[in-house]
Amino acid sequence: MSEVIVITSGKGGVGKTTSTANIGTALAKLGKTVVVIDSDIGLRNLDVVLGLENRIVFDIVDVTSGNCTAKKALIKDRRLDGLYLLPAAQTKDKEAVSPENMIKLVEDLGDEFDYILIDCPAGIERGFKNAIAAAERAIVVSTPEVSAVRDADRIIGLLEANDIKDIKLVVNMIKMQMVQRGDMLSIDDITDILAIDLIGAVPDDEAVVISTNKGEPVVKDESSLSAKAFINIAKRITGEDIPLLDISVPTNFMDKVLKIFKLSK
Amino acid sequence: MMNIIKKFFSNQPSSKNIAKERLQLVLVHDRSDCSPELINRIKSDIMKILSEYVDINEKEFDIEITRDRQQGSSKSTLVANIPINRLERIR
Repeated sequence: MSEVIVITSGKGGVGKTTSTANIGTALAKLGKTVVVIDSDIGLRNLDVVLGLENRIVFDIVDVTSGNCTAKKALIKDRRLDGLYLLPAAQTKDKEAVSPENMIKLVEDLGDEFDYILIDCPAGIERGFKNAIAAAERAIVVSTPEVSAVRDADRIIGLLEANDIKDIKLVVNMIKMQMVQRGDMLSIDDITDILAIDLIGAVPDDEAVVISTNKGEPVVKDESSLSAKAFINIAKRITGEDIPLLDISVPTNFMDKVLKIFKLSK
Repeated sequence: MMNIIKKFFSNQPSSKNIAKERLQLVLVHDRSDCSPELINRIKSDIMKILSEYVDINEKEFDIEITRDRQQGSSKSTLVANIPINRLERIR
């Protein structure tokens, strides 16, 4: 049976879609077969982030309304074996799909895939309920901001209430310079507050913007720090036990002096 | 440079500590998954029963239901703070 993982956050703009695209791509690079599902009906974006926007024929609503089978609607990534996209519909709204539809859709995909990643829309309404309906695991994405962490906490509560027990945290867009200065919540601060296990920490990285511009997930080229972070997340999903990536940045002299004085206060 | 010097002499806590404290406070409220109406009913019932035994300070009576998360499961706790004016009820 394929493992179904929902990637969610509550707040928008924290990098759910980017994370889904990169974790999915990284899993495929590890030799797994992966379906990524965009469940953000009306505001689809996973297709552009993956660079597959020109190949869409059918979408998720075509499947749930019976126009075509789930497998027929999948778009195969020609650049990478094992990666498939089920795009969201752009011209419908979220009410076009129900949680029951999602459960059936995942069942129809069968068990020939190792992982099914569901990219959840922002919010806690219908789109969220659809996205989590078929999931057995969840990855909550947050950034080191009060609004994102607060929403993540709410989402974790809702996931637990829906009997999803395996919930892991990704802290995204960390600006290490600011963390080291004491001006941004650290990974430890966030795991302290949310009380769930961390599965990865991704630095704020220009390489993500550049690769997204080109329609290529950043993990395609493994040299950037963010790519390494996403690949580590994928490995941890498969059960590998790898230490957390060191994303700290070298501090200049003044920063070090400041830190010493801050600590003594 | 001026900024650095300013920071050097400031006594203010780092902004991330402010963020953390604010978050912890707001989450206590967010996590109480109880409607105010239910809380009020529980509160008035507790008050009624306790008043038969002791003289309680109704003004400072405070109850709250919080949810604490412990790796994978969460449990709710009712926390009540009920100051007593006199131990024996005056009849």
